[in-house]
Amino acid sequence: MGLKQKLHNIKEKNKDKKWLPAFSAFHTFLYTPNETTHSGGHVRAADDLKRTMNMVVLALVPCLIFGMFNAGYQHYTALGETVEFLSLDALLIGLIKIIPLVVVSYVVGLGVEFIFAIIKGHEVEEGYLVTGMLVPLIVPVDIPLWMLAVAVIFGVVIGKEVFGGTGMNILNPALTIRAFLFFAYPTWMSGDKVWVHGAVERAGTPDAISGETVLGSLAQGNDLVYSVSDMFYGFIPGSVGETSTLIILLAGLFLIFTKIASWRIMLSSVIGALVMGLIFNGVADAGLISESSKFYVLMNTEFWYHLLIGGFAFGVVFMATDPVTASQTNKGKWIYGFLIGFFAIMIRVFNPAYPEGIMLAILLMNVFAPTIDHYVVQGNVKRRLKRLKAKTA
Amino acid sequence: MSQDIRIKKGLDIKLKGEAEKVTNKTISNNVYTLKPEDFHSITPKLSVKVGDKLKAGESVFFNKANEYMKFPSPVSGELVDIIRGEKRKILEIKIEADKKQVFADFGLKNPKEMNGDEIKAHLLASGCWPFIKQRPYDVIADTAKTPKAIFVSAYASAPLAADYDYVLTGKEKELQTAVIALNKLTSGAVHVSVGKKSNSPLEGLDNISLHKVSGPHPSGNVGTQIAKIDPVNKGEVVWTITPQDLVIIGELLLTGKFNAERIIALAGSSVQSPKYFTAKIGTSIAAITDGNLKEGEHRTISGNVLTGKAQNLKGALGYYDNLVTVISEGNDYELFGWTAPVFKKISTTRALTFSWLTPKKKYDLNTNTNGEHRAFVVTGQYEEVFPLDIFPMQILKACMYSDLDEMEALGMYEVAPEDFALTEFVCISKQPHQEIIRKGLDLMLKEIG
Repeated sequence: MGLKQKLHNIKEKNKDKKWLPAFSAFHTFLYTPNETTHSGGHVRAADDLKRTMNMVVLALVPCLIFGMFNAGYQHYTALGETVEFLSLDALLIGLIKIIPLVVVSYVVGLGVEFIFAIIKGHEVEEGYLVTGMLVPLIVPVDIPLWMLAVAVIFGVVIGKEVFGGTGMNILNPALTIRAFLFFAYPTWMSGDKVWVHGAVERAGTPDAISGETVLGSLAQGNDLVYSVSDMFYGFIPGSVGETSTLIILLAGLFLIFTKIASWRIMLSSVIGALVMGLIFNGVADAGLISESSKFYVLMNTEFWYHLLIGGFAFGVVFMATDPVTASQTNKGKWIYGFLIGFFAIMIRVFNPAYPEGIMLAILLMNVFAPTIDHYVVQGNVKRRLKRLKAKTA
Repeated sequence: MSQDIRIKKGLDIKLKGEAEKVTNKTISNNVYTLKPEDFHSITPKLSVKVGDKLKAGESVFFNKANEYMKFPSPVSGELVDIIRGEKRKILEIKIEADKKQVFADFGLKNPKEMNGDEIKAHLLASGCWPFIKQRPYDVIADTAKTPKAIFVSAYASAPLAADYDYVLTGKEKELQTAVIALNKLTSGAVHVSVGKKSNSPLEGLDNISLHKVSGPHPSGNVGTQIAKIDPVNKGEVVWTITPQDLVIIGELLLTGKFNAERIIALAGSSVQSPKYFTAKIGTSIAAITDGNLKEGEHRTISGNVLTGKAQNLKGALGYYDNLVTVISEGNDYELFGWTAPVFKKISTTRALTFSWLTPKKKYDLNTNTNGEHRAFVVTGQYEEVFPLDIFPMQILKACMYSDLDEMEALGMYEVAPEDFALTEFVCISKQPHQEIIRKGLDLMLKEIG
């Protein structure tokens, strides 16, 4: 008797058991179920939610690998040691620091999902496959694991399960987790130490190293110390997976090509960011703001640099495009994306406490996405009413 | 007033086993089956009992809500069995055919000399009325209402559909007679749509508004054509009828006989030699597929793979169908089916699915759902295969939470379940779109009427 038959027998024998969803979660990973159509059409297309989510995870893997190398590279560079970017030493630091983040994220998050699936008696849904991968990539490398675990529990329960699980949530779960960390442990998440491994434990000692991000430094009024190519390739400090604009760009193109993520949202977000950046550049150029203003440096930053620094690219490609929390209509997606880009840069410049806007911009627009859709749909409803009026008039 | 219809949004599902354009002999069959479930929302009341003798065209049952709406026997013979389900609901009525067929005589008629009411009464009495369906609600037409237009789609774009150009050849006279009759029943036009490249026998008819259709499926769906030509507004009614049923109506008027015979296609990847046959409504599936199926476990469908009804071999050709499709059952597991590259299935994404590389390839799809049922997650996917000016996901959700106002505002009067067959096909969350829409329509029919 083959494995296929054995698993099938277990499934059939335990149809009424409470723990079956937990078993099914593993079973369906190995084998696509033997389910056949029983209403409506008799054939179905090849894609399911697992495949869709898997594409996003695949797109995230390069970011993860790059993040590992970069973690080590930033560590050694801050210590004043020279190390090749693609070296074993760099990778080793990355592996030691980042694999635990991935493990904690998945184990805790999926644990919560399994518990909810068993309590509510539905299948374990795939949404967390992506969230679980996103989370380690949007946190600082030195974040304590317990903090991550607490945040993941909060994010999955409050951000998703209370609304009814995957497909029902209002806020992007990964960003809910990130926002929880930011507001619950602000000194950790907004300091200038956590972004490079080793900076925290050395703080206040003679060996102290800087662990500032580009944005953090600009917000302090300092000049840009990294070259454009460093920022584009991603050899800068930052959250684990967000630094390499190049890799994120490739991942974005992959997601657009596979038709998994919305190109409308990505494109309009970039346009929104550029527009806001240009406005700020214009304000600075016109002398409407004094050079001593604390906003001056960020405002005067070349408008297109904003696409390269901070988490903008990562947020736009992987989080703004989350179909559940984004606008659901095509027209709505243009508006939604544009406003994300627009607000991201605005918050970035005006928020002195924490110089990154993309997280808050996306969360804000998550809340407004249903409103945008409502007006788009009303347009269709009005068109229908008008047709009727034209007839009866 | 004639206008051509060209749609871009849609999807041609190309399957193996297209019927070869050869018509085999008439299928001989002993027992014919009528299934009241073919007539959605009708509660049947029998007008005969087991053991009664019937002529072809004589009423077997009528609509409980409207006794003038009769449902005829497709053959002459003896009513041998009535199969009932829960609460004594009539599931099937079996009629054993006589060796020599006798037709009830409804008299020769010239529709040109009849008025609308006379035609209506004649169609009702002869049992031809159920061929006429209406929108809103996609049910048999309400006899009390006058439609603003009547739509006939003579272009079949569904997977493996029987080619109307082929099956209607030589039926011009019947079609013309029926069209003249239909014209008396509507205040507007009788819209007939044919394929742009086709050579349809309907093209030369008088008294029609002709439309040439091009584009992928669902361009041949009558719902798509209504939406492009003259969409249904609140309070309006349109009727639809298939061309093969026009032939039956035409023959009735010309000869006085109700002849339930059609040319049907037997198609699908599980059929050894897919061909056309002459068969009557209610012919048993076993007689149609007899000796022509490949080895293995199959699903036999009366109709096409998107909208047809599953039948076992004891089942029968549906009242409105001119196609029997047989494909293999997909009740097997697939190792790493969610992540392995896919070459043998159709997909509208490129998520390691490669059907976009071979748009002309024909596929052998089975009935596996290719994944589990989930909540709606992905957006923007339905719109690519949905040509109507309606938000598909929003209207589905409105149906799911039974918000009548919203359903109405979003365009529920314009749709039928079949319009959502493609969105259902591509749905990543494997939601039962057609069932959701059918339930929504039933609710509206009950609450609003």
